[in-house]
Amino acid sequence: MKFASATTILALSLGLISCSTESKADAASVRPTKERKKAPEFKLKDADGKVVSLAEYKGKAVLLNFWATWCGPCKVEIPWFVEFEQKFKDKGFAVLGVAMDEEGWEVIKPYITDKKVNYRILAGDDSTAQLYGGVDSLPTTFLIDKNGMIAGVHVGLVSKSEYEKDILALLGTPAGK
Amino acid sequence: MKKTSLLCSALLLASSCFAQSINALTVDPPQKVLIERGKSVSFKIHAKIAPGYHVNSNKPNEDYLIPLRMTLAAEPLVLEILKYPAGHDEKYTFSEKPLNVLTGDFDILVTIKAPEKIEPQMHVLLGKLRYQACSDKACLTPKTLEVRVTADVR
Repeated sequence: MKFASATTILALSLGLISCSTESKADAASVRPTKERKKAPEFKLKDADGKVVSLAEYKGKAVLLNFWATWCGPCKVEIPWFVEFEQKFKDKGFAVLGVAMDEEGWEVIKPYITDKKVNYRILAGDDSTAQLYGGVDSLPTTFLIDKNGMIAGVHVGLVSKSEYEKDILALLGTPAGK
Repeated sequence: MKKTSLLCSALLLASSCFAQSINALTVDPPQKVLIERGKSVSFKIHAKIAPGYHVNSNKPNEDYLIPLRMTLAAEPLVLEILKYPAGHDEKYTFSEKPLNVLTGDFDILVTIKAPEKIEPQMHVLLGKLRYQACSDKACLTPKTLEVRVTADVR
């Protein structure tokens, strides 16, 4: 028997789960407000060395993406996130990337520069990953509502349209609007 | 009881849904090799990759990928050969070009030599096998497995 990772268990305990291979075409993955749990607070440094906390994003819907430069599936999603940041940033939305590369900025900076990443990237650490269930599998993406509550989790690569539906649901806008 | 089985079912569903496992690669238990002073001996380190996963080979085609890599502290014996398995090219939805990967079972071939003047006794050689595994949808964080080989020098 395979054991689910701690992230999966966390997601289950939060009642937040979505399957990357069996996503529903028309339904957002976000859960009802009353079923949401608070997103763990963390402080990490961005590319300029500035300490960034999740609390700074209260009032915004946040797509919190754990990724790494060695993770192929993560790289598929990054151009989508660049597009989402551009498209929804004025509507109370932000993408926050947490890079889990052990080598740190030495490998993260060249990559995000090359890909013209327009959202904030933070250098992740094990303690932050543990707060979010270990994040053993990448990409792992948490959808956090404007009140700082986790509304959904995607473990593994999901479709761009699924993310877009989730974001629109978080922003309280029906799909297609 | 009902709650417990519901939780177990949910966990099973989640683990299969995400094809997520903590240990995508396992190495056979420690092995013992006999070696005569002044001679060499070859042995295989056998590993098994969980179904649905692949591990980057030692030469995975893309610079950004973390290759399979093994180190073996052989002293006072001498490490003569450490040969990685040849991977095969496979295309994944997340990669533009085929990646050189390993799936299923594989062996790493090791040859060590016992110097003429070494003491005839047991020597424990400690190895570290670093790998990075992915499915077609997600990648597990890089992991390092410890490998122990006991060399009985006679």
